[in-house]
Amino acid sequence: MIALSDFLILGALLFSLSVAGIFINRKNIIILLMCIELMLLAVNLNFIAFAHFSGDIAGQVFVFFILTVAAAEAAIGLAILVVLFRNIHTINVADLDKLKG
Amino acid sequence: MNQTLLLSIVLAPLFGSIIAGLFGNQVGRVWAHRVAVYGVGIAFVLSVWVLKLVAIDGETYNQQVYQWLQSGSLSLEVGFMVDALTAMMMVVVTFVSLMVHIYTIGYMQDDDGYARFFSYISLFTFSMLMLVMANNFMQLFFGWEAVGLVSYLLIGFWYKKPTAIFANLKAFLVNRVGDFGFLLGIAGVLMYAGSLDYVEVFAQAPAISEQSIAIFAGHDWSVMSLICILLFIGAMGKSAQVPLHVWLPNSMEGPTPISALIHAATMVTAGIFMVTRMSPLFEFSETALSFVLVIGSITALFMGFLGLIQNDIKRVIAYSTLSQLGYMTVALGASAYSAGVFHLMTHAFFKALLFLGAGSVIMAMHHEQDIRKMGGLKKYMPITYWTALIGSLALIGFPGLSGFFSKDSIIEAVHASEIAGSNFAYFAVVVGVFVTALYSFRLFFLVFHGKERFKIDGHHLPHESPAVVTVPLILLAIPSVISGYLIGSMVFGDFFGNAIVVHANHDVLAEHAESYHGVLSFMLHGLTALPFWLAMAGVATAYYLYMMRPDIPTKLQQRFNWLFRILDNKYGFDSFNQTVFAGGARSFGHLLWQVGDRLLIDGFIVNGAAKTVGFTSKVVRHVQSGYLYHYAFAMIIGLYLLLTFFVA
Repeated sequence: MIALSDFLILGALLFSLSVAGIFINRKNIIILLMCIELMLLAVNLNFIAFAHFSGDIAGQVFVFFILTVAAAEAAIGLAILVVLFRNIHTINVADLDKLKG
Repeated sequence: MNQTLLLSIVLAPLFGSIIAGLFGNQVGRVWAHRVAVYGVGIAFVLSVWVLKLVAIDGETYNQQVYQWLQSGSLSLEVGFMVDALTAMMMVVVTFVSLMVHIYTIGYMQDDDGYARFFSYISLFTFSMLMLVMANNFMQLFFGWEAVGLVSYLLIGFWYKKPTAIFANLKAFLVNRVGDFGFLLGIAGVLMYAGSLDYVEVFAQAPAISEQSIAIFAGHDWSVMSLICILLFIGAMGKSAQVPLHVWLPNSMEGPTPISALIHAATMVTAGIFMVTRMSPLFEFSETALSFVLVIGSITALFMGFLGLIQNDIKRVIAYSTLSQLGYMTVALGASAYSAGVFHLMTHAFFKALLFLGAGSVIMAMHHEQDIRKMGGLKKYMPITYWTALIGSLALIGFPGLSGFFSKDSIIEAVHASEIAGSNFAYFAVVVGVFVTALYSFRLFFLVFHGKERFKIDGHHLPHESPAVVTVPLILLAIPSVISGYLIGSMVFGDFFGNAIVVHANHDVLAEHAESYHGVLSFMLHGLTALPFWLAMAGVATAYYLYMMRPDIPTKLQQRFNWLFRILDNKYGFDSFNQTVFAGGARSFGHLLWQVGDRLLIDGFIVNGAAKTVGFTSKVVRHVQSGYLYHYAFAMIIGLYLLLTFFVA
């Protein structure tokens, strides 16, 4: 029998991986977007696990919303990425320091 | 006497001033002087009418004309009080002013500021009339400041001349010192009498005189003495008494007509007038009267000495004015107010005459003012010569001329006075007679007699001035001679009536009034008295030193070089003021500028704030790397911290 804690640990691991991916990744902005997706999936996993173990279907309904938002976000993120590439001809994260004061 | 009459007297010169000043370019030079002369002329004619109403019909007037503002129980008003004192002042002011207006047509002929000049002197006439006709302290102060302002404007009339600018600034600053005292005095009056109206204040004088005030703990001062001395400090500024006299010699930088009108005949006598008007207050304070007496006698004697060594024709007369103002002040201190005011009147005529005569000489000399470069002008300028002779004789107190009567009555009054300092004052005024005669006739001989020391450039011989100049001289010479004969009613009679209050115990003139038996006996008595012989000795000395043996003054100067140096430095008042007050203020200002402004405000507060912001941002800027992952990391850390804080 798989306990709730196992799901939560997996979710936490996935989340931590994605956070680490955001920080450590210095190369590619696509990886950054993928890490954000992964983060959302980790959260989804938590929702499903809680929904299942507490017998409340609302958590699973939430997951659908999150997936929808994530899809929209991915689409917008990629679109921004395309425009960005057109303008500065790179998607290297280390080069994107336009916000520096 | 009604309000319309009095308002016309005051407003006619103001109207002339406005037309000449604001519309001078539109109306042209001729109309600028016409409106100004007509305005003052109207004021003069109506003033004579007022004098007739007061002196012959015995009318007086004291009413509010306009209420300026009311604040609680304090009411600031414009009102007129016309009694014998006011009426006499009005006639003197408008008469001298009219003469000066006419004279100016000739004197300022070629000046660019022609209309401006007429505007100023008409404005002066308006201000001076407001001052003398006031029935309350507020209006008195208004007139006081207004004449000060016009004096400032006129001393600096030639505003491109650095010395003139220095002189008008000096006059303004020195007068501020006096006005500060004056304002404090008025504040004291308001505090203790609760009113600014003359009549109400005078009615409360006995009550005020019994109070005392502790300015420093443990020292009770009589309120009346304090108020009177403060008011007199105002008079010291305006009437140029030691040590606030320093501005008057410098004020000679202005055009000569205003030296005659403002700095000799009228404005400088405002202090004398004011003290006389306040006689109901001053009579209650012997301390203040002694103070007035001593200051006046110092001025009368020591300023006369300075006239002996000046070489500028106007400065000699300026020091003579100082000395004569000292005489008037001495009279006030001895409670002989009517003698002081009488001298004020005669002095206004003959001193205006002397100044205008000096102006006439200056014109003939093409604006050369050094008397060492004149001489022998008698044959070129007969009218100026004779009028100047009358003026000088009146000034030294030659029997039969106006100055004799006024000066002798002052000397007699001081002789009879018994208040503290009167012995010194008597000594000062008697010695002053000799000094006055000496410097007056030194000037007179050097200018009109002896060798012609000026350079004649080609065919430009000095010539008599035009009629607009000589007619005022003649018109002023007449009262310089005859005004003295009013002594019977003005000094020994009851011409002033209730306008002047003298307590019986200092009524020094009353004793003389008993022994006064007409002008003739007064003159005969004068011929045997010491002052007359001192004056004659002064004239003789001047003749001997400057006509017969011109080498002696030079030798004396070398022999008594230290004395000459002291006099030449004017007892060091100027250098003292320059180093201590002007220099002190400047170094204090420098200190405030360097330490207060540049170091503290600029350096510490303004630039310091900017520098702190700059430094902080320099440090904080490192946080803002521009990399997304740094920001994300910060967010995560923040979130973590918030979670630990709120959840754990």
